[in-house]
Amino acid sequence: MSSLNKSPFLRIFLSYLPIIMLFFSVFNEFDFNYLKLDYFAFNFVHLLIFFWTLRNPDQLGYLAIFFAGIINDVVIGIPIGISSFCYLILCSVTAYIRNITLSPNFIKDWISLLFTILLINSIQVIILDLVFLIKVDYTNYLINSGFTFLFYPIFFLFFNFLNERISYQTNDQI
Amino acid sequence: MATGRDDFVIAIRSAFLKKKDKQKFSLLTLIFISIFVIVLSNFNFKAIQFVKLVINEVIYRSSHIISIPENNLKEITSKIKSHMDLYESYQKELIKVENSEQLRLQNEFLITENKKLRDLLDESINSEEIFARVLIDKDSPYLKSIVLNKGTKDKVKIGMAVIDEVYLVGQIIEVNFSNSRALLLSDLNSKIPSVLEPDDIQAVVSGTGGNFGTIEHTQIDYKDAFKNKEIIAYTSGLGGLFKPGIPIGRIDNSSEGQINFFSDFTQLDYVKIVSYKFGGEK
Repeated sequence: MSSLNKSPFLRIFLSYLPIIMLFFSVFNEFDFNYLKLDYFAFNFVHLLIFFWTLRNPDQLGYLAIFFAGIINDVVIGIPIGISSFCYLILCSVTAYIRNITLSPNFIKDWISLLFTILLINSIQVIILDLVFLIKVDYTNYLINSGFTFLFYPIFFLFFNFLNERISYQTNDQI
Repeated sequence: MATGRDDFVIAIRSAFLKKKDKQKFSLLTLIFISIFVIVLSNFNFKAIQFVKLVINEVIYRSSHIISIPENNLKEITSKIKSHMDLYESYQKELIKVENSEQLRLQNEFLITENKKLRDLLDESINSEEIFARVLIDKDSPYLKSIVLNKGTKDKVKIGMAVIDEVYLVGQIIEVNFSNSRALLLSDLNSKIPSVLEPDDIQAVVSGTGGNFGTIEHTQIDYKDAFKNKEIIAYTSGLGGLFKPGIPIGRIDNSSEGQINFFSDFTQLDYVKIVSYKFGGEK
């Protein structure tokens, strides 16, 4: 077990896992954002960016997030730059929270997420509907925001476990 | 109070401008770049169009390659399901086959008669078909569309009809060098001029963002006439993009005024991209 923990491959893989997950979810056809189920969808990318930029920003660079947004826009067919802008707004909020918080608190993070996703989805709807005149379904956005908020604790546990493993590997190397 | 405001300003400045060890760009720079990209994508300059084409080409192909394992999994699941439903589907097909010979003869007669009448009117409709494979069918809450593997090099143009077997699926809205994007009928932004038979009512079939469509621009009296009847929506040919008579969907008693599209948009593998030439057009 200890030899596995010290494996350089595992260390490198774990350190790149948030970026791999980010790019895999924007490139892949499978999308939690549209599960072909009525009244159920959540935005996995928002949860991923929110957690990692808040708890361990070294694992997820802003440039990678910017490019992931561009890819997401091209794949789903909306004007280029909108997702990047929304993802970076999400990063700004997490950077601000990080700066004003001395000791991280899960509940405060969770409530901040609700306000943040409502803000970025509103920005996205305004840009798509009012600027580009692309009709969007407001109900879908509201449901998506609701489930993204509700699913944060589950993904928090998973990402937190991953984050601990990454920190453990990094500290072990030092 | 002043200290609180100072703290807020410091936190904001730090969030937007500070670069950590592993962050090569500050957030503010990237936000400005993304706004710049959104504004640029609004312009139709040749250079911007070329950059967009290159980005689309690379990302569509990469997305297709990354989705291969998932698509294989989907195919295996679909094969298992069709194998399990074999007996049930066989019974259904049996009933269809019994009626098909009568329908075929009737259809042949109608086609010949239709051609004669069109000749008398000096009206002709010619079509060119391009077969295309679906590269990406990533649905999203924003846009219902598919990416096809044929583009400008195969003479695909914006506005061409996309057809699955004989049913209308959507129309081309974006063309790149070797691929193109088609807007599905189910998208909120899709509006197709149609005719509702057997009552011969002109209407517009509009997408809803769900798996069904709705009828727009008809009077309420017509909707009452739909009750207890099976209504089929065909393209009307108005607008000059599609030929008249391409089947779109069906309204029956159980659908409560909604149009159930004939084609299953989640199961599209190969489609036809069709352009029509009317009358004396060259």
